[in-house]
Amino acid sequence: MTTIPLRVAGLSWRVRPRAVAVTLGGLALLGLLMALNMRIGDIPMSLSQVLGGTFDVNSADHFVIMELRLPRALTGALVGAALALSGAIIQSIARNPLASPEILGVTTGASVTVVAGVVASGSAYGGVSGLLSTLGIPLLALLGGLTGAVIVYALAWRRGLDGYRLVLVGIGVAAVFTNVKYWLLTVGDVNDTGRAMVWISGSLNGRGWEHVVPVALALAVLVPLTLLGTRSLDALRFGDDTVTALGLRMNPARALMILAAVLLAAVATASAGPIAFVALAAPQVALRLTRYGQPPLLSSAVVGAVLTAAADLIARTVFSPIELPVGVVTAVLGAPYLIHLIWKARK
Amino acid sequence: MRLQAVDVKLGYGDRTIVDGLDLGIEAGTVTTIIGPNGCGKSTLLRALGRLLRPQGGEVLLDGKRIDRTPTREVAKILGVLPQAPTAPEGLTVADLVARGRHPHQTWYRQWSSDDESAVDEALTMTGLADLAERPLDELSGGQRQRAWISMALAQGTDLLLLDEPTTFLDLAHQVEVLELVRHLHGAAGRTIVMVLHDLNLAARYTDRLVAMRGGRVVAAGDPHEVLTEDLLREVFELDAKIIADPVAGTPLVIPIGTHR
Repeated sequence: MTTIPLRVAGLSWRVRPRAVAVTLGGLALLGLLMALNMRIGDIPMSLSQVLGGTFDVNSADHFVIMELRLPRALTGALVGAALALSGAIIQSIARNPLASPEILGVTTGASVTVVAGVVASGSAYGGVSGLLSTLGIPLLALLGGLTGAVIVYALAWRRGLDGYRLVLVGIGVAAVFTNVKYWLLTVGDVNDTGRAMVWISGSLNGRGWEHVVPVALALAVLVPLTLLGTRSLDALRFGDDTVTALGLRMNPARALMILAAVLLAAVATASAGPIAFVALAAPQVALRLTRYGQPPLLSSAVVGAVLTAAADLIARTVFSPIELPVGVVTAVLGAPYLIHLIWKARK
Repeated sequence: MRLQAVDVKLGYGDRTIVDGLDLGIEAGTVTTIIGPNGCGKSTLLRALGRLLRPQGGEVLLDGKRIDRTPTREVAKILGVLPQAPTAPEGLTVADLVARGRHPHQTWYRQWSSDDESAVDEALTMTGLADLAERPLDELSGGQRQRAWISMALAQGTDLLLLDEPTTFLDLAHQVEVLELVRHLHGAAGRTIVMVLHDLNLAARYTDRLVAMRGGRVVAAGDPHEVLTEDLLREVFELDAKIIADPVAGTPLVIPIGTHR
């Protein structure tokens, strides 16, 4: 693809105009979706009401905007960005467009732990509420996600890390976790498993600032770090011998990027549950829009945020007052668009 | 000595392929390693290029242990073209060759004018300038091999290791690649080590032949001295006659076998 060299006093970069356009266009679209998410709801608001509610503490709309709609919309966008970034990294390292945080054991590990926690504690404490639902479940999900990743990584390691081996081991471990999860859902109390089901479908319902802050912090730290690793990621797509010949220490580079991907996916899943398909589809959509050889990191993150924000808007409004889990909509929304892009490229 | 293997033991896991081997590569020479399948020639080349860590002994690059030199520093001195390298799908020739600049780049210096001119020069030298924007998958085998060599050239090293650069190529393309190798040697005095299967081409394009069998060096030196009827019997278990190549005067192997 065409690039423009950008050189200033010994510093130099290659700017990819299409990637810049996709990123900026995506951010504009995201802004629009966020505004719509602020306006539409049980109490429809005009834009001036939204602005008043945001900045005027005494406004009647302040609570709805600042405590309900904004944290929820922000959680959606940030979680979408984190999942997509995680997916872009994993797809590059596994050299496989079907790879996603799921095969790293993160999302499935989180699901099984949360279901286990809900089923075990539900009847004893009279349901998931209070501290357990705001702090307990994200914490359980984070621990479960990281444990799942450690298990997959340890099983896949053999004098280095091989992309195919990682994918195969990951699929195997995910299958085990998923079956344990279904087993727990069958033996658990119906009320508990119902609550667990909402979480494992990926939901943004009732998300507050306590869900926004961890994802925002993770992105603030990990986005710059992963962007620094872009060049390594580009090189890691080649065969192992070529990577070493180019002077890259392969295993440390790979391990660091995977660690970043695991942390992003784990924190995102802890906040909103395992939202389906964003990590898989967003990088592939970004790749096709930018016509770059591999999922571009920043564009993928923006596409992921747009996809999740759009899905949440639909999930909240289309079947109102019934609300769908956002994870159901991301798959319905993302899949046809990805197929459309692949179809278009075929011609 | 640019590159030296000292008493190296090489293998994969429990399987030892090369044991106690010594080999020195002198500056400004083209060396070709020959030998039957499985004799350890590619294994040796991989060790010389630090793609494989020796189980014993050491490899020295300009007198310093290669495994104790940062791999990025090695990549500025030594270029390696692995056997049958794989590139990501859809990659263009220009993108592939630009990747060769990796060891010279940092996050704040990703595309300097040096990078650009090194890539342009490498593309011109291999005759690929017109194909720069074409995806690698669309090229012929010979063009693709030249693109990979171009990537190694863009790396800007004066030491190049090429593992079977002519495999899967027809004779015309084999000659084309080896002419390029000879040109690289002649024009810039590069030191080149390669593994080849075709003995006649090896003799034609090489200063020094190294014949291996069963993980050891059987003979090394000028092609005229190394490529003898006795050696072919010992190393390849092949009965053959050697005559002078009518074009270059280098040894030409005529296998005996049965014939019409």
